[in-house]
Amino acid sequence: MNPTLTELGEHLTSSLPDDIFRTETIRDELIVWAYRESLVKVMTALRDDPNAQFKQLVDVTAVDYPDRPERFEVVYNLLSLKHNLRIRVKVPASEDTPVPSVVDIFSSAIWFEREVWDLFGVFFSDHPDLRRIMTDYGFEGHPLRKDFPLTGYVEVRYDEDQKRVVYEPVNLVQEFRNFDFISPWEGMLHLPGDEKAEDEDATQESKA
Amino acid sequence: MAEAHIKPLTLNFGPQHPAAHGVLRLVLEMDGEVIERADPHIGLLHRGTEKLIEYKTYLQAIPYFDRLDYVSPMNQEHAFALGVEKLLGIEPPPRAQYIRVLYSELTRIANHLLNICTFALDVGAMTPMLWGFEEREKIMEFYERVCGARLHAAYFRPGGVHQDLPAGLVDDIREFCEDFPNLIDDFEGLLTNNRIYRQRTVDIGVVSAEEAMDWGFSGPMLRGSGVPWDLRRAQPYEVYDQLDFQIPVGKNGDCFDRYLVRMEEMRQSVKIILQCLDKLPEGPVMVENQKITPPRRGEMKRSMEALIHHFKLYTEGYHVPPGETYAAVEAPKGEFAVYLVSDGTNKPYRCKLRAPGFVHLSAMDYMCKGHMLADSVAILGSMDIVFGEVDR
Repeated sequence: MNPTLTELGEHLTSSLPDDIFRTETIRDELIVWAYRESLVKVMTALRDDPNAQFKQLVDVTAVDYPDRPERFEVVYNLLSLKHNLRIRVKVPASEDTPVPSVVDIFSSAIWFEREVWDLFGVFFSDHPDLRRIMTDYGFEGHPLRKDFPLTGYVEVRYDEDQKRVVYEPVNLVQEFRNFDFISPWEGMLHLPGDEKAEDEDATQESKA
Repeated sequence: MAEAHIKPLTLNFGPQHPAAHGVLRLVLEMDGEVIERADPHIGLLHRGTEKLIEYKTYLQAIPYFDRLDYVSPMNQEHAFALGVEKLLGIEPPPRAQYIRVLYSELTRIANHLLNICTFALDVGAMTPMLWGFEEREKIMEFYERVCGARLHAAYFRPGGVHQDLPAGLVDDIREFCEDFPNLIDDFEGLLTNNRIYRQRTVDIGVVSAEEAMDWGFSGPMLRGSGVPWDLRRAQPYEVYDQLDFQIPVGKNGDCFDRYLVRMEEMRQSVKIILQCLDKLPEGPVMVENQKITPPRRGEMKRSMEALIHHFKLYTEGYHVPPGETYAAVEAPKGEFAVYLVSDGTNKPYRCKLRAPGFVHLSAMDYMCKGHMLADSVAILGSMDIVFGEVDR
């Protein structure tokens, strides 16, 4: 365990108690969970605090967990050249809660946030230029969401008669195959039919 | 007299243009020949790599990394392999680590050769292209001899490298390394003091150290601006901490300094390769854990267990413990990193690829503003953009 990271985590929680709700160190990587409203404050502090000096925003991305009430985790990876440290700031978000943009703190966020908006549909408030970046002109949907199918919805081809590229619904010759590899010996704790035996145990216990 | 208002001319550069280095569409707002605003449109090569990796096992994801930055394939596999190894809690054997460093540096030379040659071609020098590609071809042959493919290697895998070096390869790489510095000298003679080359690159696209950090630059782009930062030295992985090499740093942060940094990096890479060849230890090149790495072919002929392991590995793959990690390597273009989230199954839950080219290209507007149209080509060339990684 890297002691500087633990110290830095403690320092951050004590200096920003109302803005950070959790810090954890996993595999020598410090993760800071911030409230959405105070993201700009936390990021500014991380950049300017003499103990932190995270001058570089290296990466912004998101992870989709459809089962959660706020399904997205927006992840900011920062790098401090001065102290040779990395830190990860995480913010929960949903489809209709805007995340404050950090463009004014780090210029590199302009394209990163555009990318997250394009691929996940997380909205960034106060972003100067929030356009799609990766997908086609006129694309609909956010492809990296877990409920977006791998094959997509439309396909393109050049139409010889119309002399232009046309968009058509995806037509799969073979159904998309996605195998379930959760092994019955390792992953499944209950085999089909187990509930009968368990119910019997429960009824016997209640009788006794 | 009524004041005439001139509407800025909008110029469409690319996506089919030899100086666009691939499929970049650049919408330029021009005031005469001066660029007022540059708006790069990217995504024309977007293949959804991150989405595809979510549907593949960890081993099946490796070839996608070759197709990101197809000029430096092995460095990207390296980042992914390091990330998976970190989550699995394994470490490759020493011989594998040396081979990885050896091939990372060969890849760095191949990448810088291509960049310098195409950059020189963009600003009007034809000869370096012809010389440089001959050397690149030799490196491609080393690729082919070790993994069977000239470009898409799939050689660095979680747990080590796929195969050991074939007989005689070490001597041939050594021979190449003894000749190659002469070629760098020839290049220097062609370009470094060339009047036209200097006119096109000196004081073009200047980025100060603060601005480079603000824009998230890494690799030669950051070092060209005078920031002494290299992940091989600052956060050493594999055996870089046991090797002796220098890190070149620029002074002015212009296109010419970035070129000089790359030239010197090639010389340092040669030095690292020679040290690796001298120190190369004997031993296995893969972790001897058959739950993660496949058994030897000979063993499979005799052992039932080995056969089962082989079948399980190539159908189901291995399960990676839940967790997340950010694994970064110093790729030739800058910091290439993989942010890997695992949920305990045999497929990554999320695999974000942090491409240096994407970040550098985002500063295109900032770097081009106020420059002439022809300078935008020089700036783009000095950024070392490859669209496979920018669009992903």
